Amino acid sequence: MDTFSVLVVDDEKDFLETLVSRLKKRKIDTHGAKSGEDALKLIKNRPFDVVILDIKMPGGMDGIEALRAIKKIQPLTEVILLTGHASVETSIEGMKLGAFDYVLKPVKLEELLPKMLQAFEKKNNHDQKVRSAKIRETLKYW
Amino acid sequence: MKTSVYVNLQRKIIVITLLVSFAPLILLGVTIYHQLAIKYKQKIVEQIRYRAVAQAEAVDLFLKGRTAILSAMADTHKFDYMIEGNNLAHIFEVMNSRAGAFVDLGVIDSTGQHKAYVGPYNLKGLNYYNQPWFGEVMSKGVYISEVYMGYRKIPHFIIAVRRQESQQAWILRATIDPEIFGGIVRAAQVGKTGDAFIVNKERIFQTNPRFSGSIHSQSKLDTTLFGGSTTVIELRDGDGKKRLYAGTWLKNKKWLLVINQEAAEEMAGLFTTYMEVVIIVAGILAIVLTTIFTTRLTVRRLREADTKMRELNAALVQSDKMAALGKMAAGVAHEINNPLAVILQKTGWMEDLLAEEKFQESENIEEFKASIKKIEAHVERARKVVHNMLGYVRKMEPLLEDVDINETLSQTITLLENYAKTNNIEIAPDFADSLPIIASKQDQLQQVFLNLISNAIDAISTDGLIKVISERNDKYIIVKIIDNGPGIPEDQQGKVFDPFFTTKEIGRGTGLGLWISYDITEKLGGTIHLSSREGEGTIFTIQIPIVHPEKK
Ligand SMILES: Nc1ncnc2c1ncn2[C@@H]1O[C@H](COP(=O)(O)OP(=O)(O)O)[C@@H](O)[C@H]1O
Ligand SMILES: [Mg+2]
Ligand SMILES: [Mg+2]
Repeated sequence: MDTFSVLVVDDEKDFLETLVSRLKKRKIDTHGAKSGEDALKLIKNRPFDVVILDIKMPGGMDGIEALRAIKKIQPLTEVILLTGHASVETSIEGMKLGAFDYVLKPVKLEELLPKMLQAFEKKNNHDQKVRSAKIRETLKYW
Repeated sequence: MKTSVYVNLQRKIIVITLLVSFAPLILLGVTIYHQLAIKYKQKIVEQIRYRAVAQAEAVDLFLKGRTAILSAMADTHKFDYMIEGNNLAHIFEVMNSRAGAFVDLGVIDSTGQHKAYVGPYNLKGLNYYNQPWFGEVMSKGVYISEVYMGYRKIPHFIIAVRRQESQQAWILRATIDPEIFGGIVRAAQVGKTGDAFIVNKERIFQTNPRFSGSIHSQSKLDTTLFGGSTTVIELRDGDGKKRLYAGTWLKNKKWLLVINQEAAEEMAGLFTTYMEVVIIVAGILAIVLTTIFTTRLTVRRLREADTKMRELNAALVQSDKMAALGKMAAGVAHEINNPLAVILQKTGWMEDLLAEEKFQESENIEEFKASIKKIEAHVERARKVVHNMLGYVRKMEPLLEDVDINETLSQTITLLENYAKTNNIEIAPDFADSLPIIASKQDQLQQVFLNLISNAIDAISTDGLIKVISERNDKYIIVKIIDNGPGIPEDQQGKVFDPFFTTKEIGRGTGLGLWISYDITEKLGGTIHLSSREGEGTIFTIQIPIVHPEKK
């Protein structure tokens, strides 16, 4: 549980590749997906702690739809929304759907990282709670 | 120039209204007057005709009576008796006591010799044989003369009758008193302008007329205008006034009895009394005054409505403009923020790499780092512009919080006070005592106040006063930021709310402050409004709706 796995989803190739490289350089288990569909494929194969998701991606699945699907497959995964134009409505919708936070582009890694860590912590807490609940349940039947 | 449009309109409405109200009245009045005048005139003509006929009858009767008495006297006395002693005087007395109007009486024999005479003139012994009337009376038996001078050299006329006494004929002759005769004729004269007289065919006055002429002088009246019985005609007299003439030929066919009067005097009866004139004038005045009054009122209402319309239109145009700009800005922001995000990641990546050990020895490493920092700073600058433009600074949460406007203003003033003081600018608060706590967004309102007060400070630059006033009415809390700076030129007043409109030097102004303020107040259901006069200062007025917080 100490390895921190991250999935970055953005249609902007330069942004995606660079961010992935930088996170990897910081020893974070990072993967990239250039569309919502690609992201879902990856998530189905393995869990991620945190997903960084661009809200506005032209063509195909947009950020909000992707968020909904991710939360279905991996309810415990925390999602941070990235947005290039803050429309209050979509951001609020995202938060309602269970996103951890939203961040406005452009953003420095120094600002993004703390948010990712917070999200990771929250997820860990969740995991722990789920685990201890399971343990308690097991103990009951013992 | 706008005013003249309304003044013109007002004038037109008044003129048309008055025309419409008076034209039928006047038409009706004129028609009625005309009809009445015709009727009235007919009546007057009838009247004057009747008077002429009646008066002619009276005159005829008078002459007939005198002639009858004279005839009776001649028939009942013998010539010899008549000329003897005082007998004629006695008869004269009897005649005058019976009928009067005789001036004298004489007896003339068949040779024309005046045999006996009673009267004021010394006519006895004169011979009338060659006088024109002598032949007439001798042949016809009865004769009434026209007015002539005769021996006495005074205008008069006579009645003479012939008496056939066995072989000889003689004449009894009497002079009629012209005054009495004239008096009888004049009895028909009425009014101030009325006249009644007799003229003969040769236009010689047989009685004294009231105007223009005297007995025995020539009249200007054309007697041929008067026909068989009674004729009424209208003629213009010397001074152009219309006169109504009625003329009746007397039984002797030589004399025309004429009655006349000014047509206007008779018509004067038609004109209304003083009281009625006053009422009519007052009525007209009332119509004119109410017309002017109501028109003024209408035009003023119209004007107010126009002004409101214009203001409303201006507000609509402004909010349309803002909505369109907002949409455009959102699109632009997306297109700019994405490249900015890439740049920031790339520079971050470069920094990451430069941190690696192998680069530490490189001689230009500091230069690289500095350049990267510069790039990041400029990305930050661009980011701020875009974020400001979208009002990102605002928290995006839709929840309203309890806001104390006075408190918010105080905080904002505290933020700016020191800066203002160093420029010798005083910020003077003047807050309403008990403003309600409202449901709104504190941060956003604070940003509006901050923008406006900063702008005021910028505008004044040094030495000045900024008043910050809060007050309320039924629906709104009103905040006014008043500065005594240079003001905003009129041609710029429509533009200052536009994004990127700034008069400040690059780096100092973004031109977004007022745009954001406008956007915020509008989203909060309020309004922002400016009034400014160059050289005097600027007033920004913000109205924030009083929304009472829900009870928790
Ligand atoms: N109180 C004021 N007095 C005079 N001019 C003003 C005032 N407030 C705003 N302005 C004018 O409106 C412009 C736009 O203001 P703003 O939108 O706040 O942008 P900025 O302050 O960045 O220029 C200013 O540049 C200035 O010319
Ligand atoms: Mg995108
Ligand atoms: Mg400003």
